[in-house]
Order: sequence, then C-alpha cells, then structure tokens
Amino acid sequence: MSDIKEIGCEEALRRLFEYLDRELDGARHAEMEQHLHTCRACYSRAEFERHLKGKLGAVGKEPAPPEFELRIKNLLRRF
Amino acid sequence: MTDADRAFFEQEITGLLDRLYGTALRLAKNRADAEDLVAETVTKAWANFGSLHDRQCFRGWLFRILTNTFLSECRKTEPASLEALAEAQGEPDEEPAFSLFDRLHQPFLLWWGNPEQEFLNKVLQQDLQKAVDALPEVFRVPVILCDLQGLNYQEIAETLGVPVGTVRSRLNRGRSQLQKALWQHAQEAGLKHAPAADKESFHISQTGEHHERH
Repeated sequence: MSDIKEIGCEEALRRLFEYLDRELDGARHAEMEQHLHTCRACYSRAEFERHLKGKLGAVGKEPAPPEFELRIKNLLRRF
Repeated sequence: MTDADRAFFEQEITGLLDRLYGTALRLAKNRADAEDLVAETVTKAWANFGSLHDRQCFRGWLFRILTNTFLSECRKTEPASLEALAEAQGEPDEEPAFSLFDRLHQPFLLWWGNPEQEFLNKVLQQDLQKAVDALPEVFRVPVILCDLQGLNYQEIAETLGVPVGTVRSRLNRGRSQLQKALWQHAQEAGLKHAPAADKESFHISQTGEHHERH
C-alpha cells in the first residue's frame, strides 16, 4: 500500500478548485483523490463543481457569425 | 513567411475562431467590440508569428495576445479599471467563499431529491454568460482564462503580469461572486417552483417551508 497522507474535509475543500484546475502536485493530488474516494459529501461537492466548470467552459465557445467569419477570411487573405 | 507558415496560421485561426470569438465576447461583453478584438488579435498574431518558436504553443500564445489586447484597450479607455486591478492586488480574501452547492444542499430543497443535479440540468448557457459578464473585470479575466480557456495558473500569471498567488486569490473571489450570482438567479428563476413530480402536493416557498395543497 502507498503512504498517502490522510486529509480531512476542511483541507479537501480548501484544495478543491486547485484539484479541479489540475494545479496540485502529485502527492497532494493523490491525497485529494483518496479523500474523495472515501467521503461521499466531498465527492458530491467535487462532482458539482466539476460539472459547473464544464458548463462554464462551453460559454467560451460561441459560433462566430457568418459575416464575421467572412471578415476574418478576407483579413487572412491580405497577409 | 513561407506558404506552409501561411497555411498553418490560416488553419489554426479558422479552427479556433469560435473559441476566440466566444472568449472575446465574454471579455468585451458586446458583439462589435468582440469582433474588433478578434480581428486585431489575428493581425497582431500574424505580425509576430515569426517570433513563435514552438508551434505547439500556438493556442496559448494566441489567447494571450487576445487577452493582452483587451487589457491594453481597457487601460486606454477606462483608466479606472487599472485602479481596480491595482487595488485588488492588495486586498486580502476578507470573506469566506460563497458555495452554491451548500445553498442548494439544504434540507428543505432536498425534498426534491437532488437539487444540485436539478440546478445543473436547468441552468442555461445564457445564465452562465450573464453571471460571468457581471463579474468585475479584475475577477472576470482570470475566470475567463481559467474556466473558459483552460489556461493554467502560471500561464494566467504571465498573461496578467501578476504572481501565481494573486491569480489563485482572484480566481477564488471571482468564483465566489459567480456562484453568488447564480444562486440569486436560481432563486428568482427556478427554486420558487416545485418540480413537476411534486407540484400536485407541495409548494416550496422561499422561506423553506413546504405546504400541502388541498
């Protein structure tokens, strides 16, 4: 068995967004994963935040209007 | 610049156009400015394309140009934004983060079964857009860079010219404000109404009471 340190809910919640943003180093990430495997409450919270973040990601993609696409095509042609 | 360079550049810009436009729209908050912002970004990117040594980095590089172009425009037209940016650097995280999950996960809402899932199913893209647009610029930009563009903290720090710790703190505060806005919206738009399965027998009021209908 590995020697992953146990962390409590308070610490898990403090790290939550860095975990979801993939900013934790290997050991801290593993501690977080272990906690989420054993704590239903934190797991539910993490899943909620993960889905919300996924939905936000979709907000950054918006079909460019056709006339604007044409403007960019014309711009590229001039280079 | 060779024909191959030109073809690569065109192909990348075309493939990323929806994402560039979507991000520009959230930064500029209106269509005309977003279109100008993307056009200026593409022009600057082409002018500096020769200085990009690793083409694997094209996407991050391009979005950095987009963000910096936006920020320098802001500084020209709204010097107050710069003040806000500078001020926020010195501000501590004075209040605990607002958690939408905790608000949704209250006993009276659990009458519904799974209010968090209910919220995720019902929240609309336009609700999220509105909540992002309502954030003050100092928090909106890092949230856009992280959650909409997928940049890591180091890349965001380099783009904004601030330490990684500042990025972390602005993201925390931005997300907290975003979740507060979504909670307010959820209360106004959805949580007043009982879900279809229950509406014959229950009405969930804003105060958390449930009443049986006769």
